[in-house]
Amino acid sequence: MKKLLLSAAVLAMSTSFAFADTVRMGTEGAYPPYNFINDAGEVDGFERELGDELCKRAELTCEWVTNEWDSIIPNLVSGNYDTIIAGMSVTDERDEVIDFTQDYIPPSPSAIAALSDGINLGSAVIAAQTGTIQAAYIAESGATLVEFATPDETIAAVKNGEADAVLADKDFLAPIVAESNGELVFTGPDVSIGGGVGMGLRESDGELRAKFNTAISSMKADGTLNTMLKKWFGDEIATYE
Amino acid sequence: MFSFCAEPKTLEGVTWLACYLTTGKHIAFYGSFITVMVLIAITAPVALLFGFGGATAARSTIAPLRWFGKGYTAIVRGIPDIAFFLFFVIALDQAFEFLRHKVLCPEWTDPIRQGNDFVVCSAAKLPLSSSPQWVHETYGFFLAVLTFAIVFGAFAANVLYGGMRAVPRGQLETAEAYGMSRRQTFWRILVPQMWVYALPGLSNLWMILIKATPLLFLLGVEDIVYWARELGGSKTQVFSYPHGDWRLYYFLGLLVFYLALTKVSEVALAKLMARLTKGQATMGGEAQRKAVAS
Repeated sequence: MKKLLLSAAVLAMSTSFAFADTVRMGTEGAYPPYNFINDAGEVDGFERELGDELCKRAELTCEWVTNEWDSIIPNLVSGNYDTIIAGMSVTDERDEVIDFTQDYIPPSPSAIAALSDGINLGSAVIAAQTGTIQAAYIAESGATLVEFATPDETIAAVKNGEADAVLADKDFLAPIVAESNGELVFTGPDVSIGGGVGMGLRESDGELRAKFNTAISSMKADGTLNTMLKKWFGDEIATYE
Repeated sequence: MFSFCAEPKTLEGVTWLACYLTTGKHIAFYGSFITVMVLIAITAPVALLFGFGGATAARSTIAPLRWFGKGYTAIVRGIPDIAFFLFFVIALDQAFEFLRHKVLCPEWTDPIRQGNDFVVCSAAKLPLSSSPQWVHETYGFFLAVLTFAIVFGAFAANVLYGGMRAVPRGQLETAEAYGMSRRQTFWRILVPQMWVYALPGLSNLWMILIKATPLLFLLGVEDIVYWARELGGSKTQVFSYPHGDWRLYYFLGLLVFYLALTKVSEVALAKLMARLTKGQATMGGEAQRKAVAS
């Protein structure tokens, strides 16, 4: 009964707010510099800055929500938030379930980081995050795949010897390798998988998708997107013409 | 928090640590301890209530009620917690939204299921997408309480059912001989005596409930284990306080917390057991009587 009363109270409170056009932006919050929770406890990173700018241009009120990577698509389609902006590469499998905007990060390579150069990738144990294009790539390549729920755990697995190497977006690995004081090195050639990174939306949300597409186009046109990419990923990042 | 924390990367030693431990993220971490305690404090009595209802239904003389009671314990106990949390909660949330949709938006003609999408009108959203984040979090919290209560209620129902059956038959026969009705026998004789038999099982459930809170993150409620993992993970220069992999220290902190909670629970449960044993027709009750007599 108490619970009934409480949920009724929550209901009553929530209905008293005006119906503003709030768009809930879903992200992972564990993938620096794409998106992460900063020390103040807020969502920060390239996608935070980009998302806020897109919302401003599309004249939308946006609110940030974090969700575990594993269940990020199911929670979008069941309506817990309205967009996924979490460094998600556009792939055919994902496109069957949700829709994507045009890409806001051009196709960029993945890379393999390990404790030493020259490991045999054919027989190595390679770590990747569950449900990523990198995990699918390793599974197909024949190497042994170990999956982890968060990107950080894939790095920790290599450092403590649980895995021989980690395959992830190069832009995610680059600062980690650079700051590891030589503990981690890139090995082998870069791997090109996946298209660019786009925002994910429900297939029934065509109107919102069009708004974000327009906003992304305008940011590409006036060069602000390129500036933002360079700010967060460094000068070597591929940019838009 | 402190005025000297403005430039974290210039700090060293104790001041660095003082600033580090008082970041907004750490405050959220400390707050999550309260979230977990509140969750346990609300869930335990609600689950007990569900359990009592389930056990009473399971021994009812009315067949459909009995089937319901037995079905509830059998089905819920048989489903893995993680499946229950992933499937049931989303289904429950959608059921609430579906009902609100039917009531609030009768003029809506589009289908609610569009391919993979679950689409209800914006007035039927629960909570509304325009409501602030804390409303969403509170809603998620109470969904969590409800789900935990249903899961643990099923286990508690089985324990209480066993407890009810363990009360000596002679006690109930005596009550009937005194002319008590079924209802009177149940409330005056059976219920007061069953707890002592049920308590060992219930205390197990309590201990498991304390440790089950990481399942909260599946519902979007950020609990202590989520924050420990998030804070302990290695941090690059993008963060104000970069550091290596410190998960070990954070998890050691959690270990201390859980052990302390377990110890407090054990002491409290031992006291409760001693009180419930008083005057009971059990070996423990007999021992207490002898101790007083000698």
